[in-house]
Amino acid sequence: MLLRAALVALLGALVLRPGWFVWAFAPFAPEGGPVIYERTTLLSLSLSHLGLVVLASGAATLVAVTLAILVTRPAGAAFRPLSRTITNVGQTFPPVAVLALAVPALGFGAGPTLVALFLYGLLPIFENAITGLSTLPPATMEAARGIGLNRWQRLLRVELPLAMPVILTGIRLSVVIALGTATIGSTVAAKTLGEVIIAGLLTNNTAYVLQGGLIVGLFAVLIYDALVQLETRLSRRLGTV
Amino acid sequence: MRMRDAGPALLAPGLLFAGLGFAALLAPFMTLAANRIVAGEGVAVWRVADPVVTLPGIVALAAGLGLGLLTAWPRVRIAGAAMGLAGLVWLLSQGATVLLDGAGQYARVSPGAGFWCLLVILALLLADALSQLSPGPLARALLLAAVVGTLALLLQSGALSQLSVMREYASRQDAFGDASLRHLGLAFGSLAVAAAIGLPLGVLCHRRETLRRALLPVLSFLQTIPSLAMFGIMIPLLGWVADTVPGAQSVGIAGIGFAPAFLALVLYSLLPVVANMLAGLQSAPPAVIEAARGMGMTDRQRLFRVELPLGLSVILAGVRIVLVQNIGLAVIAGLIGGGGFGTFVFQGLNQTATDLILLGALPTVALALSAAIVMDILVELTRPIPERTP
Repeated sequence: MLLRAALVALLGALVLRPGWFVWAFAPFAPEGGPVIYERTTLLSLSLSHLGLVVLASGAATLVAVTLAILVTRPAGAAFRPLSRTITNVGQTFPPVAVLALAVPALGFGAGPTLVALFLYGLLPIFENAITGLSTLPPATMEAARGIGLNRWQRLLRVELPLAMPVILTGIRLSVVIALGTATIGSTVAAKTLGEVIIAGLLTNNTAYVLQGGLIVGLFAVLIYDALVQLETRLSRRLGTV
Repeated sequence: MRMRDAGPALLAPGLLFAGLGFAALLAPFMTLAANRIVAGEGVAVWRVADPVVTLPGIVALAAGLGLGLLTAWPRVRIAGAAMGLAGLVWLLSQGATVLLDGAGQYARVSPGAGFWCLLVILALLLADALSQLSPGPLARALLLAAVVGTLALLLQSGALSQLSVMREYASRQDAFGDASLRHLGLAFGSLAVAAAIGLPLGVLCHRRETLRRALLPVLSFLQTIPSLAMFGIMIPLLGWVADTVPGAQSVGIAGIGFAPAFLALVLYSLLPVVANMLAGLQSAPPAVIEAARGMGMTDRQRLFRVELPLGLSVILAGVRIVLVQNIGLAVIAGLIGGGGFGTFVFQGLNQTATDLILLGALPTVALALSAAIVMDILVELTRPIPERTP
């Protein structure tokens, strides 16, 4: 817990008060070169980075869960084998390749990054949502039917809540991948924290690389941790752990 | 054969494919550009060449999509998809020659949105029909070999050499060879090192609860660090090692290039290797372990004769994850001078040369897909009790 608070504080300081860390990064900067990235504020880069991830993951969650619900209904059962094939094959596509292939189709900027993040983010959520929705305990489903819940009520009050921890795991996977892919998004001119790292690589300024790397790494670790906490809390409430 | 009984409901995916496929036929099939940088102009499928030439191709495509509707006969669907793919290649190779004719020295032709959509649709149709038959491991291996062989023949034959991607390849043949070796070296080399470290660690974790509790969370946090950040952080770290440890530079350790990329990949590989080794060892039923103990086997004998053979498929599943992941991540090495297909991808992004991006991205995707298929076959072959998923 203490470690978590310390990391949050460190991340906040790195983003909001980069000036405090000149002493730490100075040894890595080239002789007389800039130590702290100042072309854009780290805060605005962080916000647009997280914004991209939230937008893409949010849309991916919405679409993937809807599709999973459709495919797990009797009417959509015909698409089950196909959807399994698509998720299996799709996940072997490297996220970087998806990003790179989105550029010829959509041009440079935040657009292709957003689309790549969205498309790639669909797969883990969809897979987990299907698993969650199709492995519900039969006794519970029978009971829900027994007390006279109709199909909508069953879905909203029983199936989705019970599948939620598994779906959340999928969302976590998807968010972690999105954070990483968004970083690479700066090579296609999306405004993300990857910009700091890339600028460092281009000008041989290791201080930039380290600074960007630390911030992105801390964001990823903390967000991952927060989602894990959320999952455990949910599972505990559902009494499955 | 549950699928056959289900009847007309199963037509739905076929209809979806056919609908999307015919819509894709209307999209620009190829693009013609004045040079390798500028955006091209789309050319519809019926205008890429003379009707005499395009008609057979279009008919093959339409027939392939139509046969895809016959859900009850997966073999017919497979034949249809294959015919459609053949039509696609025919149109592409014929169109490339005709469009380039008289278009100028620097003109480039590339497959357009319509081609890519049709390729994806037909490939999915093929995969969907194949999954209906659920072929065994041997059949899948033969199929993969056939596909790879056909693709190699096609590329060798020069039928596609007019395409812009192939022109990029032709002007970079040596660099492409180097990049392929580098990419494979990064992906497989880091896997080998990760296995050498991770497999014994997995055994130790299996035996010591405390180590397991301490190590696994650390490894999963490593896994969450975005790849570019990880590669970046490796640079000063290895630069420092190169400067301070005597002899480090002479074995090729340097701040940028191959070494940081390799180390980053090894770190990413550790979690799947260790976690799956652990899960594999734990997958042996308690009764079997008890029996092994009863026979007087030592810890070591039990590990090598009982636990490892029984857990092999789970361990290989970990190797599959690592391999697919590393083939993709090795692209990032291109950004820090580590070589591999990423070099082309990022060069292409810098020059806005789409076909150079493709030259890096397509082999990466093909490699990742083949690795996944091969590893899936191995996982299935080593499964202690073969199970068939419907």
